[in-house]
Amino acid sequence: MNSSIPRLIIGRLGIGVLTLLIVSLVVFILTSLLPGDAAQEQLGQEATPEAVAALRAKLGLDLPVYMRYLSWLGGLVTGNPGVSLVNGMPVDDLIASRLPNSLKLAAATALIAVPLALSIGILSAMYRGSIFDRYTNMLAVFLVSVPEFLIATVAVLIFAVKLGWLSALSRSVEVDSFLQLLSVYAMPVLTLCCVLVAQMARMTRAAVIDQLSSPYVEMAVLKGARPMRVVLRHALPNAIGPIANAVALSLSYLLGGVVIVETIFNYPGIATLMVNAVVTRDMPLVQACVMLFSLGFLLLVLIADIIAILSNPRLRT
Amino acid sequence: MNDIVKVSGLRVAARNDAGVDVPIVHGADFTLKKGEVLALIGESGSGKTTIALALMGYARAGCRIVGGSVRIGDVDVLKLSDSELAKLRGRTVAYIAQSAAAAFNPAKTIMEQVIESALIHGVLSRREAQAKAVELFRALALPDPENIGARYPHQVSGGQLQRLMAAMALITDPALVILDEPTTALDVTTQIEVLRAFKKVVRDLDTTAVYVSHDLAVVAQMADRIVVLRNGEIQEDSRTEQILVEPEHPYTRSLLAAMRPTGQVAEAAPAASDIDEDLLLEVRDLEICYGSKRVVQNIDLKVRRGATVGIIGESGSGKTTVARAIAGLVEPSAGQVLLDGQLLSRSLSGRTRDEFRRVQYVFQNADTALNPQHTIEEILARPLRFYHGMRSVQRRRRVAELLELVQLPASLAKRRPSELSGGQKQRINLARALAAEPDLILCDEVTSALDTVVGAAILELMAQLQRELNVTYLFISHDISTVRAICDEVVVMYAGNKVEQGGRSTFQAPPYHPYTHLLIESVPEMHQGWLEETRAGRGALPQIAPPASATPLCPFLSRCPVRIDGKCNKVSPPRVRLDKGNEILCHHSDIELRQLDEPVPAMAVSN
Repeated sequence: MNSSIPRLIIGRLGIGVLTLLIVSLVVFILTSLLPGDAAQEQLGQEATPEAVAALRAKLGLDLPVYMRYLSWLGGLVTGNPGVSLVNGMPVDDLIASRLPNSLKLAAATALIAVPLALSIGILSAMYRGSIFDRYTNMLAVFLVSVPEFLIATVAVLIFAVKLGWLSALSRSVEVDSFLQLLSVYAMPVLTLCCVLVAQMARMTRAAVIDQLSSPYVEMAVLKGARPMRVVLRHALPNAIGPIANAVALSLSYLLGGVVIVETIFNYPGIATLMVNAVVTRDMPLVQACVMLFSLGFLLLVLIADIIAILSNPRLRT
Repeated sequence: MNDIVKVSGLRVAARNDAGVDVPIVHGADFTLKKGEVLALIGESGSGKTTIALALMGYARAGCRIVGGSVRIGDVDVLKLSDSELAKLRGRTVAYIAQSAAAAFNPAKTIMEQVIESALIHGVLSRREAQAKAVELFRALALPDPENIGARYPHQVSGGQLQRLMAAMALITDPALVILDEPTTALDVTTQIEVLRAFKKVVRDLDTTAVYVSHDLAVVAQMADRIVVLRNGEIQEDSRTEQILVEPEHPYTRSLLAAMRPTGQVAEAAPAASDIDEDLLLEVRDLEICYGSKRVVQNIDLKVRRGATVGIIGESGSGKTTVARAIAGLVEPSAGQVLLDGQLLSRSLSGRTRDEFRRVQYVFQNADTALNPQHTIEEILARPLRFYHGMRSVQRRRRVAELLELVQLPASLAKRRPSELSGGQKQRINLARALAAEPDLILCDEVTSALDTVVGAAILELMAQLQRELNVTYLFISHDISTVRAICDEVVVMYAGNKVEQGGRSTFQAPPYHPYTHLLIESVPEMHQGWLEETRAGRGALPQIAPPASATPLCPFLSRCPVRIDGKCNKVSPPRVRLDKGNEILCHHSDIELRQLDEPVPAMAVSN
């Protein structure tokens, strides 16, 4: 019976790999369909057709699509996603210079947002209909609906311009002291938290409330369990699956979806890297970034799935 | 006096959609002595569960206890604060819920939940509580009492869960136990085991209990005193023997009458299954698999036009699956379904619209079968347009006719299902099937979700419609007394097999197939002491060697009280025709099966 968990996980992994393969195909086809040509872009409008053709041949752009796809895929698997068409640097070096920054920002945000969101969600589920629940609910709806560039801009206006506590830009990523760390990360993290906490808290609340209306919760109340025990010991274990999925979905946003925040705070993360690559038609870089985001997304969902399986005795045993 | 519970003037109100409090319990008064078992009996909406929950100072969402007092010992429960109530619940008063399958937390082990109240209230240490739980498991005749606690709720059966829930209630030695319809969700053969276990512990521990139920026959076995409720008011409060023998209140008398199903169908000519004239439906050697699991096999069925054929079996016996296969909702893996001699396609896509029209399905639960967004007129007009292409004026006239046919006022046409009572909804459900002008109506547990009186009226209506329209019913039910009362022919299914088939008259007296015998004997009878007298499910099963795995054996082998070593566990049983005309799947003959009805040796009874 216990062999079923490894089997389930292996099955999920297999599906994950298959998904990545399909994503790679879609990404490659879509990027090939994009208008514009990297060689033309690089040489400018005045370049002779011969020069462009020569550069195309050098970059391998003249090969048939499926050949380019296969060699690219082979490169991805062997850890060589190619060379930037724009500045000739290896794509993995470019990514390596930005990825840690993004991961640091994501980690800092997750570390604050997840516990905060879960507590708010659980508390508002426990005191459903109370003043606390109503106000957090209102605030959450407000924060979800306000675009993040507005939150970021307002944050800059207040904390950097008016109060002068924090620097508006996160240019120096070399951090020496805790205070410096705080000043670099405070505003991006704050902005991201606003969006994520609201989302996660609402979904947590819904998941817990869903469980609170079940007969076994009534049974726990009639056994004399206090509200805290009812929620933490009875409702929460059954809500872990949906909550894990909500958290995974929200966190996946931290990888690729933070362009605006990175741009406003001039934070050297990977989302900006990709957007710049799109602008310059630097396809190898775009493709590698998208694959990376997909991988991150799949990993998060996989982890959420595994948590959901482990938390459910019906699937576990 | 030694009254342990004294309820006086208890009033509970529910808030309706308009935000107005509507009283649902109007001033209930009753008392309960130590060691007494009091039954609260009534139909749905009578307030019996609401009163029971109020004994713990609890009201469900939307309800509120508005007045009166509930004294348990020296405490007025309704005056306690939330934290004082938490101390009372599970300690002084314990609760056994209707559906144990839902009331157990799926994410926690059984032991953890059984001992939880003892730990919350600090009555016992974890180790003591576990030891006591195992003791209770043993007293409740649960299998493997030492280890069953380590399992999760989904790993044990429904009947076992219900008994485990009793252990959960009794772990703190509460002064009062509330049993809320504890056997209603169970099959009748399981119910009897659970009732026996309950009765034993209630007697051995001298438990004071409130037993909530709609089933007077079950209550007669358990209760010393019965309180009859209707619409939140107490109608009668008397000793059990008095209620059963000479009920005072007219409502109690009508309740008693409704619980004794009478054959409304006139004693028709004996339905001999081998007369093939006017055959409407024929099922040949039906086999249905879910994945690799075979859930139904070797089903043969013949239904004459204008007849009612009942299929009976416990949950999981495959009776609904057979009906779904006839309707085309499930694709059988083998076998044929013929309507009027014409082969019906196995799948829905292979059937013509006219074939759809001729076979209609009435689902068990009218609440979910009727679209809540549609008015009754829309619900009934749809099949009229789909099958008969009627125009709107014509449709409106026909809808009115249909409503009249199911004895509902035409004014209901503009309402939505949520504005109708359970019985009215089931009539609409039936009218929708009739709108197609079908030959065959598949009725899947159509009265199971209804109160006895309402259900009896639906059965009456169905019989009347049959006389007027000559429709044919395939009536699926778990309730042998209903099936025996209204069906011309009865098919008994067990574990996907047809174990017995015969005309109605053959189901009035033994011999039956051993499973049918158990089923019939397990139906509670309306007199005290039945539980002690009945032989159903009593006595040890004959010892047999492990069954041979290669051949398909009797499906009832593991529970059969008359299994034969060397025969039943070696060879598959033949279909035998008994003298009175019923056909059974069994190795036994007439004479041997008749012995099932003889008194059991004293040794077996003492078990």
